[in-house]
Amino acid sequence: MPATARTELDRAIALPDAGCWGTKARAEALARLTSIGLPTRRDEYWKYTRPDTLTSATPTPAAIFDNSDEAPIFGAVDCLRITFVDGVFDASASDDLDMAGVSVERLASAMAHDIHWAKDLYGALETNGQKPVTRPLAALNSATATDGLVIHVTGQAAKPILIRYLHQNETSDVVLHHVIKLEANASLTVLESGPAAARLNKVMEVDLGDQANFNHIRTQGRDHARRAVTHIFARLATESRFKSFTLTANGVLTRNECVIELTGNDAFAHVAGAALGDGDFLHDDTVFITHDAQNCESRQVFKKVLRNGATGVFQGKILVKPGAQKTDGYQISQALLLDDDSQFLAKPELEIYADDVACSHGSTTGAIDETALFYLRSRGIDRTEAQDLLVLSFLAEAIAEIEEQTLADEIQARLENWLKRHRA
Amino acid sequence: MLKISDLRVELEEEDKKILKGVNLEIGAGEVHAIMGPNGSGKSTLSYVLSGRDGYEVTDGTATLDDASLLDMDPEERAAAGLFLAFQYPVEIPGVGNMTFLRTAVNSQRKARGQDEMSAGEFLKVVRAKAKSLQIDADMLKRPVNVGFSGGEKKRNEILQMAMLEPKMCILDETDSGLDVDAMKLVSDGVNALRDAGRSFLVITHYQRLLDHIKPDFVHIMADGRIIKTGGPDLALEVENNGYADLLEETA
Repeated sequence: MPATARTELDRAIALPDAGCWGTKARAEALARLTSIGLPTRRDEYWKYTRPDTLTSATPTPAAIFDNSDEAPIFGAVDCLRITFVDGVFDASASDDLDMAGVSVERLASAMAHDIHWAKDLYGALETNGQKPVTRPLAALNSATATDGLVIHVTGQAAKPILIRYLHQNETSDVVLHHVIKLEANASLTVLESGPAAARLNKVMEVDLGDQANFNHIRTQGRDHARRAVTHIFARLATESRFKSFTLTANGVLTRNECVIELTGNDAFAHVAGAALGDGDFLHDDTVFITHDAQNCESRQVFKKVLRNGATGVFQGKILVKPGAQKTDGYQISQALLLDDDSQFLAKPELEIYADDVACSHGSTTGAIDETALFYLRSRGIDRTEAQDLLVLSFLAEAIAEIEEQTLADEIQARLENWLKRHRA
Repeated sequence: MLKISDLRVELEEEDKKILKGVNLEIGAGEVHAIMGPNGSGKSTLSYVLSGRDGYEVTDGTATLDDASLLDMDPEERAAAGLFLAFQYPVEIPGVGNMTFLRTAVNSQRKARGQDEMSAGEFLKVVRAKAKSLQIDADMLKRPVNVGFSGGEKKRNEILQMAMLEPKMCILDETDSGLDVDAMKLVSDGVNALRDAGRSFLVITHYQRLLDHIKPDFVHIMADGRIIKTGGPDLALEVENNGYADLLEETA
C-alpha cells in the first residue's frame, strides 16, 4: 500500500470514538478498506481518473469561489433546508429537522444511540456495492465520516429536503455519509447543492421499500478548484422507483459513482447527468446497475460538454443476473467536444445472464453539427448564440430526465448562464 | 434587389468548378424561377448566396441592395434581408420551435438596431401566421423540425419566412417531397408574402410548383451557367420537351 494510503488509514484509526454502534461500523469499514487497499492508477476502474489527489494525506487547497452573480439554486423551492459548511452542520442556516412522514437526524447524534434503525443500514449497501467492483473510497468514507444525515421516510414527505454544502475554508477536507431509508409506499425528494469543501468524499445510501419513490437532483457547485468523489448506493425493492440527476459545471476533479441494485420485481432506476467543463476539468461518471429481479427498467443518460482541454470519463455497466428476465436496460453516454483539445473516455459495459431481456447502449463523441449551425445562422442567429443553442440541444435528453418542470427549468437556466460565462 | 455578376465558385475541398459565371438580376417585387437538370449548380447558388461553408468564390460579385453579400457572415446576410428556405430543413432536438423563432426574430431585430419583440407580442404574431399555414400549437411547441412530416417541415420554413419578413427569399426545391395538397398550402403561404418590396428566387425541378407560384421570369441553368431566360412559357417548354433541346441549342 502506498504511503499516502497508510496516512489515510492512520487518520481513520485516530478518529474519536463515534459512540455505541458507530465505533463498530467504522472498524468494519476500516477492515474492508484495509483488505481492498486504496485505489491506484493500476486499478481497472481508475485508469482514466488519477486517484492520487483524492487519497493524499492533505487536500490540495481550493480557492473560495464568489458565486454571488447567481441566486442560490433551488432558492424558490419550498423545502426543508439543511446546511453544512465545510462539512460541519450549521443549525443557524438550517430549518428544524421536522417534517410529517419523515424523521431527519444528524449521523453524529444517531451514532451515539444504543439502538437505532440506521445501525443495520450504515455501510451495508456500501459493503454490498464492493462486489464485483471495489469502491475503496466509499469504504474509506464509512470508516471516517464525521457527519451526515440519517433520514427515515415512513410516508409521503410534505416537501423536498434540500442539503446545501457551502465551502468557506480553502483547505477543508470533508467526509459526509447519508443514510436514507424509505419504507413501503413512502416518497421523498432530496435536492443537493454546492461544492462542500476543497475535497469532498460523500456517500449516500438509499434503501427503497416496496413501491417507494425516491427522487434526487443535485448540483455540485461552480467552484473550479474543488475535488470530489461521491457515491450513491441504492437498493430497490418491488415496484420502487429511483431517479437521480446531477449537474456538474466546473470542478477540477469530480468522480460520481452510482451503484444500484434492483432486487424487487417491476422496479425502475433512472440515473442521468449533465457535465460542463472548460479547461482544467475532469469529470467521471462511474455507474454500475445490477438487475437481480424480473421486469425491471434501468436508464443511464450522461451528457458532457467539454472545451479547452477538459476531460470526460464514463464507465457504465449493466449487469443482468440469471433469472432477471424482461429486463429493460438503456444506457447512453455522449460527449460534445467544442475543440480538438478535449477528450472523452468511455467504457460502456453490458453483462447479461438472462435470455429474455432488452438492453441497449450507445456512446458517441462528436463536434458541433455544422449543418445545424449553418441553419441557425441563416436565420440570423449569430455563431455564438447558435452554438449555445446546439449545446443545449445536445444536453436536452439528460435534462428531460428531470420530471418536475420547475426544477428542470432551474437546471436549464444554470446551463444557459454557464454557456454565457464560458463563451469562446 | 439582388444582383449577381459573373459568379464563379469552386468546392473548397476539391478542385471542382460548380458555378462558371452566373449573371442574374432580380428587381424588387419580382419572382424568378431557376430550373435545370441535376448537378447544374442550382442548390450551390442558393448556398453560396446564403453563406454556407465549403465553397470558394473565385470571381464575381453578389449584392443585395448594393451591399456585397459575399463578405458577410450568414447571420449578417439574414439581417440584411436574405432568406433561404432549405430543401432539407434541419432537425434540432431539444430546442423548441417557438424559442428558435423568437431567437431568430430578435437576433435580426437587434442586428438592425430595433427593439426586441416582447414575448406577448411575439406570441400574438406567430399564432396568427401559424394559423394560416395550418401549423397548430403542438407544432410550435415541439423541437425544431423533429418528428415533422415532409410537408410540416416545408410549412415551418414558410412560417420562418413569414416571421422574419425578408426582402429576398430563396426557395430551394421547396416542392420536393410534397403532395398536391401540401404544395398548394405552401404556395399559398408564399403567395401571401408576395409584395412590391419582396423578391423571390424559386429553385425547382418541376413546372408544377410554378402553376401555384407564378414567376415573372424563368431561367434555365446548366453546367454552372444560366443558358436561357424567358417568361413562364419557358417552364412549360421544359415540362413538355425536357432539357435536351435547350442544351443542344446552346452547345
